[in-house]
Order: sequence, then C-alpha cells, then structure tokens
Amino acid sequence: MRIRLEKRLTPSRFMQIATPIASVLLTMLLGAIIFQLIGFDGPRAIYETFITPVVASYKWQDVMTKAAPLIIIALGLSLGNQAKIWNIGAEGQYIIGALAGAGVAFALPNAQGFWVLSLMIAAGIVGGMAWAAIPAFLKIRYRVSEVLSTLMLVYVALQVLNYLVSGPWKDPNGHNFPQTPPFTPAQLLPHAIAGTDIPPGLIVAIVLTLVFWLLATRSVYGFSVRTVGAAPHAARYGGFDASRTVWSTLLISGGMAGLAGILEASSQLGQINLGFPSGYGFTAIIVSFLGRLHPVGVFLAGLILAVTYVGGQVAQTVVHVPSATAGIFQAMMLFFILASDILVRYRVRILRDAPRPATAEAVA
Amino acid sequence: MNIEAPLRLKLAGVSKSFPGVRANDNVNLNVKPGEVHALLGENGAGKSTLVKMIYGILAPDEGEIVFDGSPTRISNPRAARRLGIGMVFQHFSLFEAMTVLENIALGLDARLSPRELLAEFTRVLEAYHLKLDPRRVVSTLSVGERQRIEIVRALLLDPKLLIMDEPTSVLTPQEVEQLFETLRKLATNGCSILYISHKLHEIVALCDTATILRGGKVVAHCDPKRETSRSMAEMMIGANLKEIAKPTSRSFGASKLSAQGLNLPKPSEFGVALQDVALEVRAGEIFGVAGVAGNGQNELLSAMSGETLAASPEAITLVGRQVGRLGVTERRTLGLCAVPEERNGHAAVGEFSLTDNGALTGRDRMEMVRFGLIDPGKATHYAAEVIGAYTVKATGPGALAGSLSGGNLQKFIMGREILQQPEALVVCQPTWGVDAGAAAAIHQAIVDLAARGSAVMVISQDLDELLTLCDTIAVINLGRLSAPMKVGEVSIEEIGLLMGGVHGDPAATVEMTEALHAHPA
Amino acid sequence: MNLAFFIDALITVVGVTTPILLAATGELVVEKSGVLNLGLEGMMLIGAVTGFAVTLNYGPDLGDWAPWFGVLAAALAGAASSMLFAVLVLTLGSNQVATGLALAIFGIGLSSLIGAGYVGMIVPSFDSVFPDRLASDPLWRVVFSYSPLVYFALIMVFAVGWFLNRTRAGLILRAVGENDLSAHSIGYPVIAIRYAAIAFGGALAGIGGAYFSMVITPMWAEQMTAGRGWIALALVVFSGWRAGRLLAGAYFFGVLMTLELYAKASGFSFLPSQFWAAMPYIAAVVALAVISAREVAGSEAPACLGRPFLPNS
Repeated sequence: MRIRLEKRLTPSRFMQIATPIASVLLTMLLGAIIFQLIGFDGPRAIYETFITPVVASYKWQDVMTKAAPLIIIALGLSLGNQAKIWNIGAEGQYIIGALAGAGVAFALPNAQGFWVLSLMIAAGIVGGMAWAAIPAFLKIRYRVSEVLSTLMLVYVALQVLNYLVSGPWKDPNGHNFPQTPPFTPAQLLPHAIAGTDIPPGLIVAIVLTLVFWLLATRSVYGFSVRTVGAAPHAARYGGFDASRTVWSTLLISGGMAGLAGILEASSQLGQINLGFPSGYGFTAIIVSFLGRLHPVGVFLAGLILAVTYVGGQVAQTVVHVPSATAGIFQAMMLFFILASDILVRYRVRILRDAPRPATAEAVA
Repeated sequence: MNIEAPLRLKLAGVSKSFPGVRANDNVNLNVKPGEVHALLGENGAGKSTLVKMIYGILAPDEGEIVFDGSPTRISNPRAARRLGIGMVFQHFSLFEAMTVLENIALGLDARLSPRELLAEFTRVLEAYHLKLDPRRVVSTLSVGERQRIEIVRALLLDPKLLIMDEPTSVLTPQEVEQLFETLRKLATNGCSILYISHKLHEIVALCDTATILRGGKVVAHCDPKRETSRSMAEMMIGANLKEIAKPTSRSFGASKLSAQGLNLPKPSEFGVALQDVALEVRAGEIFGVAGVAGNGQNELLSAMSGETLAASPEAITLVGRQVGRLGVTERRTLGLCAVPEERNGHAAVGEFSLTDNGALTGRDRMEMVRFGLIDPGKATHYAAEVIGAYTVKATGPGALAGSLSGGNLQKFIMGREILQQPEALVVCQPTWGVDAGAAAAIHQAIVDLAARGSAVMVISQDLDELLTLCDTIAVINLGRLSAPMKVGEVSIEEIGLLMGGVHGDPAATVEMTEALHAHPA
Repeated sequence: MNLAFFIDALITVVGVTTPILLAATGELVVEKSGVLNLGLEGMMLIGAVTGFAVTLNYGPDLGDWAPWFGVLAAALAGAASSMLFAVLVLTLGSNQVATGLALAIFGIGLSSLIGAGYVGMIVPSFDSVFPDRLASDPLWRVVFSYSPLVYFALIMVFAVGWFLNRTRAGLILRAVGENDLSAHSIGYPVIAIRYAAIAFGGALAGIGGAYFSMVITPMWAEQMTAGRGWIALALVVFSGWRAGRLLAGAYFFGVLMTLELYAKASGFSFLPSQFWAAMPYIAAVVALAVISAREVAGSEAPACLGRPFLPNS
C-alpha cells in the first residue's frame, strides 16, 4: 500500500472547517494519553481544561474576559498573515500600548469624564502602532525581516515596562513592589456591561470581528492584502503597492495589540505591574491560525484558546498539572492545524500496490 | 551506422497518468546509436513527461524502458547518468549564486578533486570548441552561456544518449547554429540525441527521425527530411492549420501609445536596464518587439504597464496624455491594459478563483467597486462573461486559476484584458506554452482588437508569431530597442543579427555586453 | 580596572557566547539547506531540561561521565524535537514561520512540564579539560579554564565552515538551499538532506540549551534561555550566512550580554540596568538593519530560505 497526495483543483471547504475542529479534538485525545502516561489523571486533566470552563457558568465571564484580547490581537495578525507579513511581536505592541495608555492616565490624574478613557484608548492604539512602525520601517527601508525585528522588540518592550514600573512610574505607596499606582475610577472601564456578565472587551471584539470580516472578505483593501500575500508580482500588476501593505498591516496589527493592551490594563488590572505581559500576543498567533485567518474563525478560536487558559488554571488546582500545561495544549493545537493544512489543498489517496513490470527492482 | 546494432533506447508501451490527465499513453519509441531523434509535439502533448521518465525524475506507471538492449528501471537521475543518459533542461537546473565549476561539480556523480575537474572541463571545452569561464558566477552569465554549462555538464559524462528539452527557445538564430554544430559532432561520435522541440524548421535541419506526440500518444514516426513543416505541423496539431483572418488593407489611425527617451535602471541584479527606448503604436496597428529572452522584454512591459514608473511623465504617452509617472491603476483607467509573460503569479494568481482574477485588473474599468467594497455579483458576472466569450474551459467563475491548463488560463487572461475595451494593449509572450488551438484563438483576438481601433504591442521571442501577427516590428537587445521596421520588408537574417546585438553601432554593443557580464568587484 | 578584572570579563564573554554560538552554528546549516527553523528557543529549552534531568538522575551511577551523557541526551532531545518541525515542514509542507513558532511555544511548555520537579536542584558539572595548573593560571585561564562545551562550540563553527565551503557534501547542501528544484532534477534527495540538516541544527540547539542548565548555573529554571534562541537566529542573518562572521558576531553579542551582567553587579549605573538588558536585542535589530542595508540582496542568503518544497505537486 502506498499513500499518495493529489493536489485538489479547489481547496476543500469542508477541510477548512473540519481541520480546526479535528485539531482541537486530537489535542484533547493526545493530551489525555500523554498526561496519563506521565502520571497524571489524563482524562480528568483534559476535562478540566477543555470542558469545565464551558459547562460551568461561573467560568463564562472569565473565558469571555480572556477571549477579548486574544480575538482583538488575532484579528489584526490574521490580516498581516494573509499578506505573509509575520508580526510575531504582538506581545511587545500589547505592552507598549498599555504603557502609552497608562502614561496618559498618569498625566491626567484628576481629569474626569469619559474622554479620559477615550484618550487612554487612543493612546494605547497609537502606542501599539508606533511599536509596530519600527519593524515596518526597517522592512521597507532596510529589508529587515519582520519576523526577527518584531520579536526582538518584545524583549525591548519588556525592559521598558520593567524600567517604568520599577522606576519613574513606581507607586510611591506600593510597598516597593514594581507596579504603577492604580488608575482612578474615571480611568477604568467597567468590568461588565450593566445587567450582564459580558466584559466590555468582548463587545469591542465582536464589533471588530464584524469590521474585519467586511474588510477582509469584501473590500478592495482586503483583496489587495490577500493578493500581496499570494502573489506579489500579480499584486503589483493589479495596481497594489506592497510597501503600503507592509505598512498598513503592521500598523493595524500593532494598533489592535495596543488596543488590547490598554483595554486589559484599564479593565482587568487597573494598574500595570511586572506581571502584566501574559503571553496573549503569542497565543493570538495560534488563535489566528486556528481560525484560519478568517475573522469569524478567529472569534471562535479566540474563545477556544480562552477556554484552555481558564481551564488550565482549573486543572492546575484540581489535577495538579503544572502551569505550563495550557501552553503545551495550545502548541499542540497549532501543530495539528499546521499539519492538517495539507488536507485542504491535497487529497490523500491510499493506493493498492500497482502491479509493476517484471523488470522492476526494489527502490534504492 | 550499423543497422544491426542494438537500439540505444527503446520504449515499449510506456504510460504515465497524473490526476485528471493521461500524460503518456502506450508510447513506443526507438532510438538508434548516433541518431538525432526528434520528439515533436505541442505544449501539453506529453514530451516533457516522457523524457522525465527516461531521465529517472518520474517513474512510469506501465511499460518498459530498454537501454542498450537490456530492460532497465531508472529510479532516479543518478541511475540515468550511470547508464550514460545526460539531459539538458528547458528551465536550466543551475544554481545562480554558485560558480560555473561548482555547477559542473554538482552535475557529476564522480568525486573529482577540483584540479581533476578543471582538467576534464577544459578537455571537453576544447574538444567541442566551446568557451566558458569556470570561475564566473552563473548569475552574471547570458542565457546562451548558461545553456553551455548544462551541455558541458552532460558532455562530461561521455553520454550515450543526450536529451535536449527545447534547447533553442532562448537562443538567437546564430547561437542555434552553433549549438547544432556541437550536436552534430556528438552524433558523429556515436551519441544518440533525443531532441525535443516544436520548431519544425529546426527539426528538418537537424534530425534523422522524428516521433510525433499528440495528447500523450504517438501519432506518427517519420523522416523529417521527407516531410514538409506543414505536414508535420498538421500531424502535431491533428487538424488543418487555421489561418488568422487578418484584413488585408490596413490603415492606421492616430498615435495611441508611444514612448520617448524611456530610460530605466536595472530593477535588480539580474535585470536589464532600458536605454533610450522610443516607439509608437497607432490605432489599429500591431507592433511587435522581437528579441532573445532576458534582453529587457519584461522590463519594457513593466515600464509600459506602469508597474515600474518612468523618470518623467513625458516618457510615455497614452492617447495624448503623458502617463510616465502614473501607476498601474491610473493608466488602466485611462485605457492601457497589459498582459505580462508569466501567467501564474504575475498575470494571474493561481490560488485565486477566476472571479478574483477578473477583479484583479477589471475592478475599475468594469465598475465593480462601490465605497471601497467589491461587488461580488459583478465580479462573478465579469469572469463568466470572459469564460463565455473566449471559450475558456473551466468549471465556472469559482474555479481556481491554477487549476486551468496553460492555454485556457492564457485565454482567460487575454479575454479579461480585451473585454475591458482598452485603448492600447501591451502583451508579452501571448502564446508561450499554449497549444495551437488556443494560440490561434488568442492571435485572432489580438487581430480583432486592433481592427476595432486599439493599438496593440506584442512582445515575443517567437519570431514566427511576430511575423504573422504584426504590421511593424522592432528588436530589443540589452535593453535597447531598434528602429521600427515594416514586416514584409525585413529579412529574418536582419532581425537575427539585431537580436544578437548588431545595432548600427557595434562598438557600443560590445561595450554593453562587457559591462553586463563584468564580474562584480 | 586591572588585568584580573579584564580576564574575568573575557571569561564571562566566552561563557555567555557559547550557547548562542552553538545554536546559531546549527541554524546556519539548517538555513543553508533552505529551511528557516524559528524554534531554536524551544529546542534549547528542551535540551536544557533533558541534559539537566539525565545528569541528575544518572549522576550517581555514571560519576564523572554523567555530564557527558547529559549533553548527549540534550543533543538527542534537541534533534528529536526538531523532527517534529521537520515532519510538518518537509513532509506536510506547512508554513515554516508558523511551525517554527509552534515549536518554540511547545518547547517552552514541554520543558516547564518536565522541569517542574527539578527546580532548585543542582547537578555536577564538567571537570576542566586541562590540568589545573593551566586552568587556574592567572593569565592562561583565559584560554584553558572553560567547560569542554566551549571548545566544542569553537570546533563546531570551524567544522561547519569547512564542511560548507570545502566538502562536496557541503556543496550539495548549499545547492539544495540555493535551488531546490534544480537539485531535485539533478537527482539529489532534497527532503532527506533537509531532514538531516534540521536534525543537526536541533542537536546543536539542544547542546546550547544544556550549556545553560549544566554549565552556566548549573540548575534548571523555567525559560532559563531567556530569549537567547532568538538572538541566535538574528546572529545567523547578521553573519550573512558565513561561519567566520558568525563567530565574530557571536562574540559581539557576547560582549553586549556581559555588559548586562556587569551592569547588574556594579558600574554602568549612568543608565538603568533595563537598558543594558535590552541592549542585545536593540543591537540585534540595529545590526540587522545595517547588514541588510549594506549588502546586495541575497549575496549569501540561500535563495530558497523559507520556501516549501513539494516536488510532486
């Protein structure tokens, strides 16, 4: 028996939808086996990680809260990924966005009214954009690979954060902890929409999903981004400027990461401390691929990844798996989705051994 | 030649299928020692698949390959070379960033020390009167020189059978003559040559026998010396050749597309600079640009279409407007459409549907865009219109461009541009790699567009195509365009000399050749 | 500043340079074959935790040989984890950037999982290769006082440089990275060669990681490579894919990382310590810009870098 790959004439719609679902299921299955083998209660660990947050309604708000930044960042990344612009430094843009917003907050300690928050959010977006503008500039001007430059800047952003919270912005009443003073009530987003459990970040994520859906699937801009990614020469021939695509996708994804950062700082934490960088920027990359770069897919994938975050913590306390467990599941999902990508483009044929001519000899 | 000697190569009932295609169907073929055997067929007839099986790149599904009398299974190119089979590829298998000698070493299986290799290399060059600098980096060489590397690589094996896949498509007529010299010499020494081409006059000039393939099957074995080009062409195509219906009395209107003092620097290390290009295409005129590959054809197309901007607005004029500094979209809106040479990845996106590929260039002229959004209905409608008008074989507007055959995709691309009713159309290699039926349809569409009063510029390496299609012809060499000549008043020899770089000023050409091929310091 | 201080500083430079040099040397071979493996950080961490665990668990039985087994295990673990990447990228044709990233994330998670039980423990490290008389000589210790892995790293750079430029196998590997289709049509096993290159890169990354957990500290801490894998990636670009410049570049980064250590300990207080900590990354970005701007596009960069190769499609 031989296995042969045959290129499909059109990519399989079914596989596009089926493979992400299969990836999640396979991760659960394989995860259960692995954790059982290394001495934990495998099925239980999987149940707590993937199922508990879905069935236990008291976890829903937690899931939605974690999903919001993941979705917002991943929407931006998906756009860039379609153009094959790899912004893998969203974590840095997320941090700088939050810091920029916090900077506005600390500059206006006594201001009242909703405009303070608006200004903070605007500063967050601009901060994220500015941080992403560096790799964009370096790519256009010096042809520096954005893969490396965006990533390097994460580590720089971490040090900027470290410096600010342990130096100039350190809370004088903070018992010498490296953290900023708390935001004032006027600088805080409400934790939930009045009368519901829905966190405001999720509303933003829903609105943005719709915006990106229109942008990516219907607009000339979205078309240009896809064309630049699929065939740069054809894009130029069709009148689309690759440099503009580099700039716009990096600025948009940076801005989205910055927005997620300031939303997180002004709703969840109410201040910024050393623990602020939570890896959302990296996990969003997984969200983007698991969602197949499609805004609606990204929204659903964001919810799934948020479930593993919340569930990972549950499993940690209940089954005593290490804190790294959720990360492993997330990476496994990414592996599976990347591995199954080939099923979208190819058909797997299992062939019976065809009779060979008598002269056939073993393949060396 | 001893008739009784065993055949050098015998194929018996060889078949090979790919998803949806039977590329070779029960092919039988005999090649005698020292014979130059032509493998003739249209694009897509299965020639390349067949020789890839002989060279061990592909494995046959059925059938038998007999080499020098013994049945063999050639599992990879290395095994083929061990048997004494050499191959010169149509798209060279060279490594741009490496030296000639490194490229030679990679093509040899024997482990020679650099000094031994150099000695062998020099021996072959001398034996066949070839010139090649072993230390040059491939990217600095001309196409002809690159082909020479492939040939030397094959000759170093002392081959018993040499496969040449469309070797002349990139050469000037003079270089072709030189190549034939080498091949004849090889054949005299007893090496068989399997020569793949669709250029009939070459086959008549070079080959002893010919096997004609059509649709993956052998349709005839014949002696080219006893056939006419026309009779072989008809066997190859399987139908009577269709003549292009071209109005005999042609009058040209006002100038629609022109270039003046168009200079452009090299777009990249491997590109060609355009130097002082001047041309004029009038309404109803078909203007041809001949030349050997890599002499600035793609650069000229980019400059005309707007993919590369000229230094000043007056360098290019379109229906009275100076457009040298306008981009693709603006020029298109003003009525200038273009079709670049490379179909997949330049003129079309293989992984996009035909609808999306229609919108790629047609979105503005066909009014598909409102408020920055593309109307999917209109885009689909336009793709369907092109498919219908140009009988493109596709499952519908949703089919991926990459799933179409070369000829069908080219028809779609040409149709997509022509249905936009351009004032001027610039096309590069309109029928490259396209079967005869589609080529005829494309030629007819070009003639009809000109007849409706558009200016058409055809850039092609196929001289026959230009001579049948065009009213006026100019030759591009090293980024310089010759003065225009009237088709019918110019000889092939003259064009051939211009293609080889003999302009009015030979000194300048030599100087430029040297500059182009100079070592990077 | 006296001589002893200077020598101490030099020894520190050599120490912090070694892991990135090892990882980058492996990655150089991988990239020369036309594959971009972004997962260095993950492979290094897997190597670090494996080397540490094996040395710790088998230390009592193996005695002096334990660290060597640890390093061997680290190399094997690095190579094994790189095979995960290789199968996806080579056999299934997945996107190299995303897959490399997945490997990095996976390695970070897996190493934390394995290492959870080992936090705070200490392993015996290597004995000095050279006699004590040399290794603790006030002057000559700058040459003789290192862990064997330091010398191994240096030998590997030269070996790889020699392999790539002077051997036929190296020529073939470069040819595969330069034009995979041509190499395939001449008859070289492109995929197999790339598998081998990736495994080699994984093994060296694993050893580089083991250097953290077995020589520098020698103990295990989560994410102890602290982003050095990414620096190693930048280093390969910075080197222009040449072994000689890779070595020079590694020491350049080594000096910057040493400044960070010294800034924490003393001196350099005119700038905040975070500045020095960010310095290698800032320098990497600046260096990439300078290199990319100065060099003609793709002079030594493998032309097929990062492109999937599926010959039968």
